[in-house]
Amino acid sequence: MYINGASAISPLPVFDALNEGVRFTEPEGARAKVSEPDYSKLIDPKLIRRMSRIIRMGVATAMDALKQAGLQQPDAIITGTAYGCLDDTGIFLRRLVENQEEMLTPTAFIQSTHNTVGAQVALMLKCHSYNNTYVQRSQSFELSLHDSRLWLTENPDHSVLVGAADELTDYSFALLQRFGLFRYHTAGEGAAYFVIQNKAADSTWAQLKGVRTLFRPDAAQLDLIMKELLALAGGSVDLLLSGERRGDPEGENYKSVKQVLGAEIPVLQYKNYCGEYPTASAFATWLAAWCLKQGKLEHEGLSIDRLRNVLIYQADAAGYHSFILLSHVKL
Amino acid sequence: MNREQLVEDLKQQIIEQLNLQIKPEDIVASDPLFGEGLGLDSIDALELIVLMQQKYRIKLANAEEGPKIFKSIDTMADFILANQTPAAG
Amino acid sequence: MSGAVYIAGRGAISCIGKNVQENIGALRRGEAGIGAIRYLRTVHANTFPAGEVKATNEELRDLSELTGTNSRTTMLGLIAAKEALTEAGLWEGGQLKKTLGGRSLRIGLISSTTVAGMDLTEEFFPAFMANHSAGRLRNVYQHEAGATTEYIARALGITEYINTISTACSSSANAIMLGARMLKAGMLDIVLAGGTDALSKFTLNGFSTLMILDQQLCQPFDQNRRGLNLGEGAGFLVLAGEQMMEALGREKRVRLSGYANANDAHHQTASSPDGTGSFMAMKGAIDMAQLNCSAIGYINLHGTGTQNNDASESTAIHRLFGDEYPAMSTTKSFTGHTLAACGALEAIYSAVSLEEQILFPSLRISLPVIEKPGVVVQELRRVSGLQHVLSNSFGFGGNCSSLLFSLS
Repeated sequence: MYINGASAISPLPVFDALNEGVRFTEPEGARAKVSEPDYSKLIDPKLIRRMSRIIRMGVATAMDALKQAGLQQPDAIITGTAYGCLDDTGIFLRRLVENQEEMLTPTAFIQSTHNTVGAQVALMLKCHSYNNTYVQRSQSFELSLHDSRLWLTENPDHSVLVGAADELTDYSFALLQRFGLFRYHTAGEGAAYFVIQNKAADSTWAQLKGVRTLFRPDAAQLDLIMKELLALAGGSVDLLLSGERRGDPEGENYKSVKQVLGAEIPVLQYKNYCGEYPTASAFATWLAAWCLKQGKLEHEGLSIDRLRNVLIYQADAAGYHSFILLSHVKL
Repeated sequence: MNREQLVEDLKQQIIEQLNLQIKPEDIVASDPLFGEGLGLDSIDALELIVLMQQKYRIKLANAEEGPKIFKSIDTMADFILANQTPAAG
Repeated sequence: MSGAVYIAGRGAISCIGKNVQENIGALRRGEAGIGAIRYLRTVHANTFPAGEVKATNEELRDLSELTGTNSRTTMLGLIAAKEALTEAGLWEGGQLKKTLGGRSLRIGLISSTTVAGMDLTEEFFPAFMANHSAGRLRNVYQHEAGATTEYIARALGITEYINTISTACSSSANAIMLGARMLKAGMLDIVLAGGTDALSKFTLNGFSTLMILDQQLCQPFDQNRRGLNLGEGAGFLVLAGEQMMEALGREKRVRLSGYANANDAHHQTASSPDGTGSFMAMKGAIDMAQLNCSAIGYINLHGTGTQNNDASESTAIHRLFGDEYPAMSTTKSFTGHTLAACGALEAIYSAVSLEEQILFPSLRISLPVIEKPGVVVQELRRVSGLQHVLSNSFGFGGNCSSLLFSLS
């Protein structure tokens, strides 16, 4: 599977990466807000008025990825989101309480459904293809990738548009803070979409070699998966994009993974750039693809001349573990 | 109520309620709101029904009355003037 | 490892019954479960009739055998899921059977929901809104769609594969579809697929703002219909391939022989007048089963009762079948619109239609949308030679899905 279009909107300004490159900066403060492009240049203003931030992010990155791949319409649109459209959910809930179930307005309700991002993309493209939305916490993006791979196995000539989006709102920040999620780490948000096909193209960023998802695995199961992935990577991985956060209670898991990969494995903690949110691995996938497209990485003490394989790994307190393996493609 | 003032108010309220990126001066009171003109759709019609209730205390029982009443700002103003119940207190 | 996908087990809970047998009994007797809202506390309790499961949350907690604070959505889902697993022979002594004939089983859960734990969140929210430190966190543990599924998975002991689909009203049809695809690809041995949604103020008021709720008992697929009644419930299917069915000792009676997911891409909530998405979903399912339209003996309609859906769906049906309509009816006249659960619930009703060669009626029809005599089934109808049944689920966001079931 080849990533032939990739686009992300993140607290790290990367939407224009193909033109401007990437300058790594860590967000400051407790909350990281995405760095957004001028949407009016990308989306019809008549349509923007009804789109909340998460929908704009999703639509903009989806359109961008398609453009890179030179596609008018994908054959499947698959979207992952853990929280759905929080802003509109919050608005409708607030009005529900304030107005005591009277005189509520439809727009916030309509926009609040989880499948709105994927639906809006289809609407704008007038795309009648297969369309699905997965909502499974921190595996929402990985499960979307699973379906993409299944779809391409069933339909080898197809193009899949797959991505994920999650937003941070005042309400969600206040609430998630109480769960201790941001105790040591910045809260984040973002969207990323990719075009995946079975053939490489001029626009190829990287190859998607493997995706693995586990729920509350024991050490033996984790070990087995690691060995499978190492084999897929041809024996060694050049860079680990780790979802570990400062003060991460899952630190032990990250340690064991690093051990299997080799003590000197270069590690980049991607949540330092995009902040903490469930579908951050979509951002990590974008970042991995970006690095692989360059073929090398020079950053903060990390100096990798030949970047051939990147492994993304994240584990959270609920017990979801995910791996995504990407490889360099010589064009 | 002064009709001119009502028309101005309506323009402002519609822009706010529907999050339109235009100025009141851009709306011609007799222009169609739906289809051509401003290009509003069925969801906007529902929003306007709520607007009627919230700001003018006029309840549309039937969504089908909508298209007639919301044809233009002028027809909306006419409807309000004809149906507005006096404010409480 | 392509091959046929069969139904090994079914579980259902809705306003017309707390298990499959009760549901089917009500369908046979023509007894709908829609009425004034008695369980959800809402100002609209006597305005909009709804199909509530006839049980308090305490009763559901007992039925689901869960402890602690749980969303009604989670409890409904677990009840239906357990019933399905039990029928399939995979739930014994309060535990999931994880091995069969010495071989360990790869069992996946694909659930779906639109509401998730919103029933609890909306109780939490007023205090939280006033003061961000207020409100009990346990009331939002299950807010996320994925969380309700996770709690169901944990209660069942399923860890191999856990996923949640949220595509509005087509959700559980899509869950069943994904389950079938994964079985055919050899990725799993058994799939528990379905959906669950509990009635909530959020949804009730949301639909109210769209002005598509009927203030009387709904009359879907009637020319004078006024809108839909919301329902709640959960439905699950245990799906398995040929070999697994034999290993389970289950009779291979009903097969999922076709399915398709298409997007209307017309409007966020309204279906296109020519029913493009619906047409493509139905046609896709029929094509996949390699059948002619004439082979379809019955359609379990999406048939919500809104002006828009019923017009669009009937148009799409006419585009596909011309005047050679199969018999059709909408069981939402019994259950109300159960949102995410409807695909799975109606799949179960469709499967029973096949197994028992009976067609359930569309209740409260005076003047059917399709006037050709006998097309819209208005009374329980015994049939013979029914081989293939189509079940439609069309949702907001243009998400249209159709499932085709065949007798084996």
